[in-house]
Amino acid sequence: MPGRYLPTEYLPVAIFIAISIAFGLGALIMGSMVRLRRPYREKLMPYESGIDPVGEPRVRFSIRFYIIAMLFVVFDVEAIFMYPWAIVFDKIGLFALIEMIIFIVILLVGYVYALKKEAFRWE
Amino acid sequence: MLEFFFGYLSLVIIIFSLLVVLSKNAIHSVLYMLVMFFHVAGIYLLLQAEFLAAVQIIVYAGAILVLFLFAIMLLNLREELSAEQLTDGWPASLAVVAGLLLTLMLSLGGFTTTFNGSWSPEKIKEITFTKALGQALYTGYILPFEVASIILLVAIVGAIVLAKRRLN
Repeated sequence: MPGRYLPTEYLPVAIFIAISIAFGLGALIMGSMVRLRRPYREKLMPYESGIDPVGEPRVRFSIRFYIIAMLFVVFDVEAIFMYPWAIVFDKIGLFALIEMIIFIVILLVGYVYALKKEAFRWE
Repeated sequence: MLEFFFGYLSLVIIIFSLLVVLSKNAIHSVLYMLVMFFHVAGIYLLLQAEFLAAVQIIVYAGAILVLFLFAIMLLNLREELSAEQLTDGWPASLAVVAGLLLTLMLSLGGFTTTFNGSWSPEKIKEITFTKALGQALYTGYILPFEVASIILLVAIVGAIVLAKRRLN
């Protein structure tokens, strides 16, 4: 069920998204219309800095990437919580500051744990 | 006009959700999900939940999808990509989804949208959604807010424990 008002102040964002999609698609379509198409085997080969590609394109990623991504998600969410907090900070004042310090300290425990467990080290 | 946007967003969400489930290539599924997340953000905008729309894009499209991509690349689905279908339990899934849909449709019949307490849509519109959310969250809902940090802490510790065990 939609709300009562159309978010008209987001019209520039919609126009921006539309232009970027049109620009991306337009460049591809224009390119495919204008360019010559003379494929041969070497040309269709994946480019790997000039040397012949070796092995499969789908390699199994290291689990370390997953830890980094997971930590990124967690601290992303933490930063998100700070945004509405910063907006209303002048209204709530010291109380809000203490709240946020508790919030950050709890997450800092996780950060210290990650440091201790050497989650950031690639070895 | 409102109905037009709502219809467009819901239609794209339904189509791309189906594509996510039906696509055989898991990476393509993630990319379809990206499109779906952006349209869900559009639905949030229509509901005046601007902050949620931003969160939907920053956290879901930005961070959670990266996690999905890494999970897929970790699994290294090679045989599964050439398989006819990933799982063969689809009649059961269909039955569950149909049951859920039926329950929703039956229960939504007697549903009216209204607001409770002092936060009327006009008031939220006046002071802007993010400010309203901040005031409610950081004065009335302190405990849930602090509990959220503990949940995030559990996520950090869990990820490190699981991944480190695999490394050793």
